[in-house]
Amino acid sequence: MKSASEYWRRNLRLVIACIIVWFVVSFGFGIILVDAMNSMSLGGYKLGFWFAQQGSIYVFVGLIFFYVKKMNQLDREFDVHED
Amino acid sequence: MELKTLTFLVVGATFALYIWIAIRSRAITTSDFYVAGKGIHPVLNGMATGADWMSAASFISMAGLIAFSGYDASAYLMGWTGGYVLLAMLLAPYLRKYGKFTVPEFIGDRFYSNSARMVAIICLITASITYVIGQMKGIGVAFSRFLEVDFATGLFAGMAIVFIYAVFGGMKGITYTQIAQYCVLIFAYTVPAVFISLQLTGNPIPQLGLGSTMADGSGMYLLDKLDLICQDLGFAQYTAQKGSTLDIFLLTMSLMIGTAGLPHVITRFFTVPKVRDARSSAGWALVFIAILYTTAPAVGAMARLNLMETIQTGEIGAAEGNLSYAAAPSWFKNWENTGLLEFEDKNNDGRIQYYGPGIADQAESYGWQGNEMVKVDRDIMVLANPEIAGLPNWVIALVAAGGIAAALSTAAGLLLAISSAISHDLLKGIFMPQIDEKQELLASRIAMAGAIIVAGILGLHPPGFAAQVVALAFGLAASSIFPALMLGIFAKHVNSKGAICGMLAGLGTTLIYIFWFKGWFFIPGTNMAPDNAANWWFGISPGSFGAVGALFNFAVALLVSGLTEDPPEHIQRMVEDIRVPRGADLAADH
Repeated sequence: MKSASEYWRRNLRLVIACIIVWFVVSFGFGIILVDAMNSMSLGGYKLGFWFAQQGSIYVFVGLIFFYVKKMNQLDREFDVHED
Repeated sequence: MELKTLTFLVVGATFALYIWIAIRSRAITTSDFYVAGKGIHPVLNGMATGADWMSAASFISMAGLIAFSGYDASAYLMGWTGGYVLLAMLLAPYLRKYGKFTVPEFIGDRFYSNSARMVAIICLITASITYVIGQMKGIGVAFSRFLEVDFATGLFAGMAIVFIYAVFGGMKGITYTQIAQYCVLIFAYTVPAVFISLQLTGNPIPQLGLGSTMADGSGMYLLDKLDLICQDLGFAQYTAQKGSTLDIFLLTMSLMIGTAGLPHVITRFFTVPKVRDARSSAGWALVFIAILYTTAPAVGAMARLNLMETIQTGEIGAAEGNLSYAAAPSWFKNWENTGLLEFEDKNNDGRIQYYGPGIADQAESYGWQGNEMVKVDRDIMVLANPEIAGLPNWVIALVAAGGIAAALSTAAGLLLAISSAISHDLLKGIFMPQIDEKQELLASRIAMAGAIIVAGILGLHPPGFAAQVVALAFGLAASSIFPALMLGIFAKHVNSKGAICGMLAGLGTTLIYIFWFKGWFFIPGTNMAPDNAANWWFGISPGSFGAVGALFNFAVALLVSGLTEDPPEHIQRMVEDIRVPRGADLAADH
């Protein structure tokens, strides 16, 4: 079995990457940069408004399943998975 | 069939279903009562979490807030979904690995201190009671409309139903009932949205309809049209930002970390069979939640558009441009009866003028003497929406059933969290370890009844619309529980003194900030300063303060821990152990 600290370090790296995406789509595109994003549009939606009321939610869902997949791989790689 | 009869039938049928399920799966042991024996599949658990999560605030209140605040209400949409990302990655798998029943139990063990457990119980009860007050507001609105009585009577009827249902069920009953409730509420939410989206844009998918052109042949985008009407009637543009960026940022943050710190949601992740199921359960929960949350913006925008076009039937300022009160549709009169919608004919012309401060000057020249829709409670919008759009009666009845399902399921889940904190953590865990299972169950039922009464009484004069009250609860959870849990898992050196001081600092500052502007214990008239942006600290509203409180919590906990001794060896080993999935207690399948 590889070291527990290496497993934890890889876990944290994955989590931090996901959290950055989480922050950018919601707080970034949806709030801080909303005016700049609103100069573009997606159909009848202004883009910043779309991220704030639709887009960020879709990204959140995708992000969790991405994390689940990666973590399950990591668990196997370090042989700490259940059964 | 008459609407009232139909509503009774639909609501009655769904109730019979929930009660049937609850009786069939009545809790036998304490383990069943709290966490359904840890044997529930992730997809089903996700669905039940969705019902548990989506409360009166999401179902009844949120789209109404969106309808009237437009872009600014995005904080609720992002906040109440983004928290699941944090939950899935930062808390759920580790707490499942640890494998106990309640949040205070984890905090008490991790920080090896009954005082820490005690503080966690206080935090949990404060946040949960505030949350139940928000639910009671929603329940009161739904029942008052559906029974055609005033708000207070509706609230008391709702309290009685919640009581019967939460006290007899327990978690296992609640889990399966909640799956049924999810199906009812999501169907009830999406059906009218699909109809209205079709009517207005010709596109049956509300998420796409909101970004489409109007079906009236004008070729104008729906959102552009809404912006234009809002502006013409003197309101702020729908898609424009009204509040300060800082406040919207902090509200979103506070709702997100509050989501990840709310005990009734966290408890859900104790009920899945494996650690990896805890991760995916959060994902599934969010899928089921996202269906409603991405529909809500369409519901809000379209309801606003329909409302304004119903009242402003013709050209603004024209003699016949406004709806005459005598010709007002039945929904208008019905909602007036509940006291949640009020019209006052200020200029005695028998017509309804509904406009904002932006056109005050022109309005005077039209002979208008002020906005005559003196009260439009935001919480009525979702329930009134299908009536405003002229949808068939069965759809209206369905929405009433869905709203009641949403409110009941969350109230029951919260009451369970409160009662388990009192009976399991406080009595069995600290004060009366000798009581047996039967006495513990009895104590938890008494605690539930007490919580319903307190929340119901405070719900008579809620400190805001349902979603806003719930936002306060999230702020409290965000500032107290989330940081303690996160530090417990990710910072090995944080000790009991640090955690206790941190929780007290976070909860204390947030609670005082809220009470300062909302009144002590939410009693109207006891606030120390008027609740408006001019008085707020840096323009931070009480609902958004949780994020600041959480920051205090983290800072104090890390500082105090840095100055005092490290936690004992066995605690540090325990933290290392919860970081790897293997070795979690096998879930017993009951």
